[in-house]
Amino acid sequence: MKADNLYHPDAARAFLADGARASWHDQAIWFVRQKRDTQARQLPEWEELRKLAEQIKAHTLSRLDEYLLQFEENARHNGVTVHFAADAAEHNRIVHQLLAARQVKKLVKSKSMLTEECGLNPYLEARGIEVIDTDLGERIVQLRHEAPSHIVMPAIHLKKEQISELFHEELGTEAGNNDPTYLTHAARANLRQHFLTADAGLTGVNFAVAETGGVVVCTNEGNADLGTALPRLHIASMGIEKIIPKLEHLGVFTRLLARSAIGSPVTTYTSHFHRARPGGEMHIVIVDNGRSDILGNPDFYASLRCIRCGACMNTCPVYRRSSGHSYSYVIPGPIGSTLGPSRDIKKHGSMAFACTTCGSCSNVCPVRINLHEQLILQRKRVFDAGALKPAKKMGLLAMRFLTRHPALLDGAGKAMRKVVPILPEVIKDSTAWSRPGRELPEMPEHSFKELYRRSQENKQ
Amino acid sequence: MKVGLFIPCFVNELYPHVAMATLELLEGYGVEAVYPLEQSCCGQPLANNGDSVGACAAAERFTGLFKDFDYVVAPSGSCVSHVKHHFPWYIADNADFQRLQPRVYEIVEFLQDVLRVDKLPKPVYFPHKVSIHQSCHGLRELQHASPSELMIPYQSRLERILQLVDGIEIGLPERRDECCGFGGTFCVDEPEVSVAMGRDRVAQHEATGAEYIVGADSSCLMHMGGIIRHNGRTIRPLHVVELLTGRGGAA
Repeated sequence: MKADNLYHPDAARAFLADGARASWHDQAIWFVRQKRDTQARQLPEWEELRKLAEQIKAHTLSRLDEYLLQFEENARHNGVTVHFAADAAEHNRIVHQLLAARQVKKLVKSKSMLTEECGLNPYLEARGIEVIDTDLGERIVQLRHEAPSHIVMPAIHLKKEQISELFHEELGTEAGNNDPTYLTHAARANLRQHFLTADAGLTGVNFAVAETGGVVVCTNEGNADLGTALPRLHIASMGIEKIIPKLEHLGVFTRLLARSAIGSPVTTYTSHFHRARPGGEMHIVIVDNGRSDILGNPDFYASLRCIRCGACMNTCPVYRRSSGHSYSYVIPGPIGSTLGPSRDIKKHGSMAFACTTCGSCSNVCPVRINLHEQLILQRKRVFDAGALKPAKKMGLLAMRFLTRHPALLDGAGKAMRKVVPILPEVIKDSTAWSRPGRELPEMPEHSFKELYRRSQENKQ
Repeated sequence: MKVGLFIPCFVNELYPHVAMATLELLEGYGVEAVYPLEQSCCGQPLANNGDSVGACAAAERFTGLFKDFDYVVAPSGSCVSHVKHHFPWYIADNADFQRLQPRVYEIVEFLQDVLRVDKLPKPVYFPHKVSIHQSCHGLRELQHASPSELMIPYQSRLERILQLVDGIEIGLPERRDECCGFGGTFCVDEPEVSVAMGRDRVAQHEATGAEYIVGADSSCLMHMGGIIRHNGRTIRPLHVVELLTGRGGAA
């Protein structure tokens, strides 16, 4: 779990202290962005697909209540039990009750950012249920007792040497054997035992089709399939925004999802779950947990279009140079930096400032969320909530005043031009501008306004 | 045609020669350009830090100062983008602004779309290799070039305008349009990330073999310039208007 008081600039500085590692992190993730570009370029209709996906999601969100009820009805008709949870606590309680009533001792889970959001693992573990994350990346961070640093590649912050060390300690692999194939086989053998002995499987949901009442889970490892095929109980947890109206819409999203996420044409497994297998049970827990509040906010409701591909993280130059663990909210990067502040402006407000507003995220987003604009709009909420640091607030109020009084602004500018050149180096070097290795600009003798005024006088 | 010269506040104080070059370019094409002395700041720093009261006041003030010009032209994609695309967050209903909005141009846009220039006022010979720096707001909000994320036909305003310079060789850095890390107050809110991004960007520009980094925003150039000087590098940042007015050699 993430520390409660995580402040992005401080965490990023700590991450960047190891320059070589930070550079590796940047390049490893940029490679995924390049793979995404290569895949996207192969579809002449790429930009049309993005617009279509945006429109389908926007339409769905505009009638979300109707589609949720339609989905519920169709799922029930298929024999699936549907539960609605208003918040994380209710979600966890429902899942626990389902497990406890069936004496479940061990739960295998496929990737689900929703259960991370709800804190399901610690909740169940505190109640005596063993939870095994079965996505390889999630299993790695689970064994390290840390949060995923990326929503699609949870362990992207780690190098294979660290994983070798972890597996040596936890799974008994050979010390110093860093071969990825060897390590993956070891994880697979270990996970296989857990699959075989689990009493229940929990999956996330990528898409829930209102028309059919079925849910679709996309993975590259097949772990969701094994986790639902072996135990008798399948629980699928989904946020209310996962709905799409019809099966015919699914292809628009599956074409975009894997290409955007990891630069593959499609995920290895795109599994449809419509009903429990013979002798089994299937439950779907539909979670709100603050989503209705976002839906009601005209500035931010578009963030609910997100299909959790992670492309905004891969392209974000700040994310690549600070890592997911520098962001206080469970979802890092651009999308997390609007979802987090929507949830708690005081706790996650600093995330909205971890952004140069370059806009690359908005351009890669397969559902065309105006991410960088949302981050600027979240900053309004930080300001209005009084959550800015006092020094920054003072600076802004001074700037606000000077903007209205050009003569004073000019005076301040002139003072800067005269004073900076005679400042002792030690003072200059201690400014936030210069501290990390950046010289202040040279100060010209005259401002343009002074030169312009003089030239106008000369003309007359 | 009467053009209001919109000079970003920090350009006024720190890069007077960029403002002068902009004025000289406009006058060189026979345009009457006037610099309203009462201008201060468009309010982007306030807006980007959540001060909507301050941003709104700045937007109204700006609109009042410039509303009677035929066009407003500035040597900054970022400041122009703030006026065109973000003022509506604060003063969408202001009738003066509604009339002003489509007449605000970044200088290269103005030369290409309004004046439709096909040569420079005075010929410029610049026998050097330059690496193009696409600043983010000009690129992604004003469509100065096709962003690398979008699968649309390639175009680039800066590359087109630099074709008017004799002897110039144009290069593009690896990751052709990644942000340099300036980001307004981001550069001091997150100084380590900002400088890490800037170092990478400078290295990518250097790797093209260019002697100059040419861009349309002094802010990004100031940030990269500070990193270049700190590390004793030789590549030089240059605003496109400096180059187009033959000031390149002096940099």
